[in-house]
Amino acid sequence: MIWLTWRQFRTAATAVFGGLAALAAILAVTGPRLADDYATGLADCTTQGGDCSMFVQRFFNENQSGFLAVTAVILVLPALIGLFWGAPLISRELETGTHRLVWNQSITRTRWLAVKLGLTGLAAMAATALCSLAVTWWSSTVDQVATENFPRLGSLVFDARGVVPIGYAAFAFALGVTVGMLVRRAQLAMAITLTVFVAVQIAMPTLVRPHLLPPTRATVEISHSVLDGLMRNPENDAVRLQAKAPKDGDWLLSSQTVDAAGKAVDDINVSLSSGACAPATVEQDRMATCFAEISRLGYRVQMTYHAANRFWPFQWIETGIYTTSAVALTGFCFWWTRRRLS
Amino acid sequence: MIEFHLDERSGVSPYLQLVRQVRQALRLGLLQEGDQLPTVKEVVAGLAINPNTVLKAYRELEREGLVAPRPGVGTFVTRTLTDASLAAHGALRQDLRRWLTKARRAGLDDESIEAIFMTTFRTAAQEDIA
Amino acid sequence: MTAALQAQGLGRRYGKRWALSDCTLDIPAGHVVGLVGPNGAGKTTLLNLASGQLAPTTGTIRVLGGRPGSDRAQMGKVGFVAQDTPTYAGLTITEHLKLGAKLNPRWDDALARERIERLGLDPAQRAGKLSGGQRAQLALTLGIAKRPELLILDEPVAALDPLARREFMQGLLEATVEHELSVVLSSHLVSDLERTCDYLIVLVDSRVQVAGEVEELLATHHRLTGPQRDTGRLPADQQVISASHTDRQSTFIIRTEAPIHDPAWTVSQLSLEDLVLAYMNTTARTHHRPVLEAQR
Repeated sequence: MIWLTWRQFRTAATAVFGGLAALAAILAVTGPRLADDYATGLADCTTQGGDCSMFVQRFFNENQSGFLAVTAVILVLPALIGLFWGAPLISRELETGTHRLVWNQSITRTRWLAVKLGLTGLAAMAATALCSLAVTWWSSTVDQVATENFPRLGSLVFDARGVVPIGYAAFAFALGVTVGMLVRRAQLAMAITLTVFVAVQIAMPTLVRPHLLPPTRATVEISHSVLDGLMRNPENDAVRLQAKAPKDGDWLLSSQTVDAAGKAVDDINVSLSSGACAPATVEQDRMATCFAEISRLGYRVQMTYHAANRFWPFQWIETGIYTTSAVALTGFCFWWTRRRLS
Repeated sequence: MIEFHLDERSGVSPYLQLVRQVRQALRLGLLQEGDQLPTVKEVVAGLAINPNTVLKAYRELEREGLVAPRPGVGTFVTRTLTDASLAAHGALRQDLRRWLTKARRAGLDDESIEAIFMTTFRTAAQEDIA
Repeated sequence: MTAALQAQGLGRRYGKRWALSDCTLDIPAGHVVGLVGPNGAGKTTLLNLASGQLAPTTGTIRVLGGRPGSDRAQMGKVGFVAQDTPTYAGLTITEHLKLGAKLNPRWDDALARERIERLGLDPAQRAGKLSGGQRAQLALTLGIAKRPELLILDEPVAALDPLARREFMQGLLEATVEHELSVVLSSHLVSDLERTCDYLIVLVDSRVQVAGEVEELLATHHRLTGPQRDTGRLPADQQVISASHTDRQSTFIIRTEAPIHDPAWTVSQLSLEDLVLAYMNTTARTHHRPVLEAQR
C-alpha cells in the first residue's frame, strides 16, 4: 500500500518538494548576505553618530519585496496542499472507481486510508515545516525592522512564521480529504476546500485569535510611545488622537480616548492653530510639549492589546487548535470510510 | 484432434451437442482409438462455455464406453463407431437418394420432404424407445 | 465441500429503500453462477455484500464458510472485479501487477505475467490507453492472479463489444478450470450467461425470484399451450410462473417436478432466456414494472 500511495503521490510530491528545494537554495544564498548587510549597516551608522532610523527604513524598503514574497509563499503553501494533495486524494479514487480495485485486494479499508493519509499528511506537514523554518530564518532580520508596518502578531507575519503553518497545512489537508470524501468529485472538492480554508484563514485572525488569551487592558498617559499622531478633520476642526501599541510589535486590538472625567470621547478639545499644539511645534522635540498639554487637559488613552512576547504562546495555541481540528476531521474520515463509503 | 463448435439456435443443449459431435467424428472415422479429445480447458477457452458442460459430455461418452480418462493426461478414445456401419453407408445413401427422387416426382418440395422425413424419423425413434 | 455462498434472510437497506430483501441462498462451490436481473434490481448490492464491501442490514451471509471482509485471509479467498472494471489510468500494466503483488499474500506473479503476454498486451502501456476490453482483461488478471477460491464479477462484460465479451468469457472460464474457481457474475442480459453458467439466480425488485442449477431449472419449467383454461384449474403441483390468454387459447409457463400427462397441452421446452423473462414479467405484473434494458 505504501508503494501504491507513493506511486500515486510522487508527481505531486516532486513538484512541491522541488519548488521548496529551489526556494531553500535561493534563501540559503541570500540569507547570510542579508544578515551581513544589516549588521555592517547598523555598525556603520552607529559609528557615524548613533541614529540608525534612516538606515533601518532604507533597509526595510530595499528588502520589502523579498520579505513579502517569501511570506506569500508560506501563506499560500497550506492552501495549495489542501487543494492539490488533500482534495483529490480520495475523491479522485471515488470518481474513477479505483477505490473498489484496491479494496478488493487483500487490504482493509482502514489500512488503505491510514497509509494514504499518513504518508501524504506527514509529507504535507514536513513540507510546510521546512518551508516555514527556511522563511522564518531568512526573514528574521527583516522582521526586526518591519515591526512598525508588520507587527509579529499581525495576521500577515504571524501566519507565516514559526509553527502555525504546520497546523494550517495539516488542517487544510484533512479538510481537503474530508470534503473530497463527501462530494466524491475532485474538482468540486478542490473548489469547496479552497473556499472553506480561505474563510477560516480570514476568520481566525479577525474573530478568534484576539480572544485566545485575555488581552491586556491599560489606561495610559498620552506620550510619544502610544501616539502615532494627531488627526484634524478639516470640516469642523475636530482633533482626534491616533493611538499605537505601547511597544513595537505589540498587537493593538482597540483604543479609546477618554477625558478627564473618564468618559469616552472621540474628539479632544485642543486647538491646533495656537498654543502648545500649533503647527510651529510640529518638530519632534516640541511634540512632547503638545502631548504634555493634552495630558494636562486630562485626556488618557484606554487600550486593549497583546504584548509582543505573546508570539510563541499564540503560535502554540493556534497550532494546537488547527492540529486538533485536523485530527477530528481525520477521525471522521475513518468512520465514514468504514461505515458509509462504497 | 477435433474442434468443437456450438449451434446456439439448434435448441439442443450444449452438452448434447458436444456428445453428438464426438459420436459423429467417431462414425466418420475422424477420431480413432487412441486419439485424444481436447482437454476441458481447451474446450472451455475455445467456446466460452461452462466447464461442467464439457465434463458432463465427457462423462456421458465415458459411460457409453467410447472414451476413457487418463488422469493427468487427458481423455482418450477407446472405441470407434465405424466398424460395420461405415461399410453400410454407401448402400443406405443410395436408397435414400432413390427415395428422394420418388418424393420429388410425387410433387413434394424441399420443406415437405424435410417435414415428412423428420416426423417419420421421430415417430420411429419414439416407437423404438417404447 | 463448503458452500460458495450461503445467505439467510439477507437484506440491505439504503435509507428507507430496501436494495435487497429476504434473500436466502445456498450455492455449492464449483459452479459458475449467473446473477441476472434488470438494472437496479439489487445485483450489485448482493455482490458487494458477498465481497464484504457492504454490511448487511438484516440476516447473515457466509462466503466460503467465513464472514465476508472479516479479515485478510477471508479477503484473500474472494476476488472481486467491480463494475466497469476500474483501473488506474496513469499506471502501467506492470505497475498494476506490482500493486497486486504488494497487496495480496497469495499473489501469483508468474500467472499474471503469462496472462498479460498471452493477451498480447504491452506491459509498459498505461491502463488509460487500453481499450475497454483490454482494461477488463487487466482487471480480470488482477482478480485471477490473486488466486482466490471465489471470483465475483459485477457486470464484467456490459460495456464490451461482442468480440471482447467473448474473449473475456473465454479467459474467465479457462481460469475457472485451471484454478478450480467458483465464479459469481452478474448481468442484465441472459444471453451473456446462457452457455457459461450452470447455476442461475434471478433477482427482480430486490428479491430472489428463482435460484438453482440451470439444468434443473430447464428440466422443471415448461411452456403449456392449449385450449383456453383458467389458471386455477391447473393441478396443484404445477406452479404457474406466467399465464397469457386469448379467447381460444391459453399459454402457461409452469414449474413442476412431475410429468405432465394432460393430453390437451402441447408441452414445449423453454430456453434459459424465456425462463428468465417469464420470472421478470411476473414481478412486472404484481409489482411495479422493472426497468428492462433493450436486448443488445
